[in-house]
Amino acid sequence: MKFNNFMILEFPSKSSNEAFARSAVACFAAQMDPTLEELGDIRTAVSEAVTNCIVHAYPNELGIITVRCRILKDNILDIVVKDKGVGIADIEQAKRPMFTTGGSDRSGMGFTIMESFMTSFELSSEPGKGTTVHMRRRLQRRK
Amino acid sequence: MQFTSFLENGHLTVALTGEIDHHCAKNYIQSIAGKIEAYTPDVCILDFQDVTFVDSSGIAVVINALRSMSQIEGKLVLTGICAQPMRVFRASGIDKLVEIKEAVR
Ligand SMILES: Nc1ncnc2c1ncn2[C@@H]1O[C@H](COP(=O)(O)OP(=O)(O)O)[C@@H](O)[C@H]1O
Ligand SMILES: [Mg+2]
Repeated sequence: MKFNNFMILEFPSKSSNEAFARSAVACFAAQMDPTLEELGDIRTAVSEAVTNCIVHAYPNELGIITVRCRILKDNILDIVVKDKGVGIADIEQAKRPMFTTGGSDRSGMGFTIMESFMTSFELSSEPGKGTTVHMRRRLQRRK
Repeated sequence: MQFTSFLENGHLTVALTGEIDHHCAKNYIQSIAGKIEAYTPDVCILDFQDVTFVDSSGIAVVINALRSMSQIEGKLVLTGICAQPMRVFRASGIDKLVEIKEAVR
């Protein structure tokens, strides 16, 4: 069996880690020979997921964020972003474009962007336990 | 966060730089609102030429600038948007709310 490459990151929910997390995932994805557009989409989706942990999951304290990436067969990048924060009571409502519980510095477009930039997107959450975002992006094979 | 701005014939140009994410968005939102309030321009131009990355926090920056300009019955224009920011603006429908000049280079 072929051993698939993976990496796991763990860091506190400081906003300075937003840039670190999206750059680290982009660096890991670079071995899959992505196009600039694919790399941009991956960076954006990771930025959204990690920012949500920082802003919403741990609103009043620092908590741990875990990012796990795997390379699957058929050139698929599998990304899981996980927190142990407040959780989401109504998942359908949270995913709605422009829905936000944040202030005027939030746009409510995070999940909409993750959904449209990734090949697949799954959100699971339990109030009081935490939230997990599972995304996959299939990369074009370049001739 | 780093930005420069200048006023000419009632046109306020604000040149943004670098990566716009949640980490710096609040500062941008407040600084742009402050400039618009101070100069009450007819047109505010947000120049994205040196912006290499935006996420949905960048959408909030644009929407807040749009709100400030509507309050003084002025117009908001975006210029110099690179490919990645343009994809984010399109996905959010912002490109239908504000005028965009010299898109995707
Ligand atoms: N990791 C999370 N933990 C708790 N709540 C979350 C999390 N991610 C998202 N949410 C909730 O879902 C809403 C929508 O998220 P999103 O689409 O990214 O928009 P925004 O971040 O601009 O509010 C948030 O306002 C918040 O209420
Ligand atoms: Mg968000």
